[in-house]
Amino acid sequence: MSLYASGSQTVGPYLHIGLTWLNTARIAGPGVKGEHVTVQGRLLDGDGVGVSDGLIEIWQANAEGKYVHPEDRQKKTLEKGFRGFGRIPTDAKGNFRFSTIKPGRVPGRGGKLQAPHLSVTVFMRGLLKQLATRVYFPGESANAQDPVLKLVPAARRATLVAQRKSKGVLEWNIVLQGKDETVFFDF
Amino acid sequence: MSKLHGYRRFHPGTQPEYDFPFYASTAKRHPTQPLVIVPQTLSEITGPVFGTDDLKPADNDLTRQHKGDPIGERIIVSGRVLDENGRPMPHTLVEVWQANAAGRYRFITIRPGEYPWRNHYNAWRPAHIHFSLFGHAFLTRLVTQMYFPGDPLLPYDPMYMSIPDEKARVRLISQFDWENTIPEQALGYRFDIVLRGREATPMDDSPGE
Repeated sequence: MSLYASGSQTVGPYLHIGLTWLNTARIAGPGVKGEHVTVQGRLLDGDGVGVSDGLIEIWQANAEGKYVHPEDRQKKTLEKGFRGFGRIPTDAKGNFRFSTIKPGRVPGRGGKLQAPHLSVTVFMRGLLKQLATRVYFPGESANAQDPVLKLVPAARRATLVAQRKSKGVLEWNIVLQGKDETVFFDF
Repeated sequence: MSKLHGYRRFHPGTQPEYDFPFYASTAKRHPTQPLVIVPQTLSEITGPVFGTDDLKPADNDLTRQHKGDPIGERIIVSGRVLDENGRPMPHTLVEVWQANAAGRYRFITIRPGEYPWRNHYNAWRPAHIHFSLFGHAFLTRLVTQMYFPGDPLLPYDPMYMSIPDEKARVRLISQFDWENTIPEQALGYRFDIVLRGREATPMDDSPGE
């Protein structure tokens, strides 16, 4: 049997009605192993105005670089209380903030390790299909060899790397249009 | 480590473009640079797994989540969640504004109304229900809308019309479901959702251990 995937439609303006029950801004609680970080930033539209009705979702591996998923068959351990999923709505000014741990390195194609990263999905009114991007970590030597970052034009790579704001706090913005337009992926 | 099994790319015409002038809000909210095409890795073919623990018992009855009976026509919406190979997708979280249910789904609600909006002169959204699904991978994530058969507003709706291929568009319209209709209580509607399916063969260069 052969079917085509259903068409995507915008999340619309009333996403708060249906999706808030799964809001999770604390992806990793204090007991979870790894380097704890807070990631904060803004979701900005083509006028540089904060998107007040946006939603981002995060998917990430644990500190050892293992995903809580049956298809991750690496011989690494999982811990209770860590799923690796976050859902964060933007506030009235388009800000978002979440706390988590820096994930370990996960394998890419051909067994080559990827640099630590968070996978991010963006939803909002005015967006007919979600956008997918990644957050990489500042000062991480593995970034230079990351097989996915290498596919991004060099001048745009910085849009995927968070900046260190203060101890344990990273800043990363999602810019929809313009000079600093964030890189979005298709796979 | 056994080989990872990747997913097919979307069939041309079945998905909306980000820049779609008929839907005015896309103007400042679409990427202007082309998306960067990257290989599927473990990061994309895994995704959050949800269990029944995440749900509450009455989550599939939207008419019982508030005090008193809601006003409107009670309907039952049910359907299957399949992949592009026609296989049912069990353990898939289906979120509906505003219920949360799980391969086959079913919920009771009130038939939504049409409402005016400011996209263009005399703009009305057709009756619709929002659906959000995860599938089994980060890349199978889908947010969509279900419409109702015979709705005269559909050809005027930018969101519905944003799906280029007519056959793909029509699949967002539910079908009247006589078999699931409850006499004197609720009309039934059926809406099957298809998520991205696997490639026929595993990826050649597996990620390794």
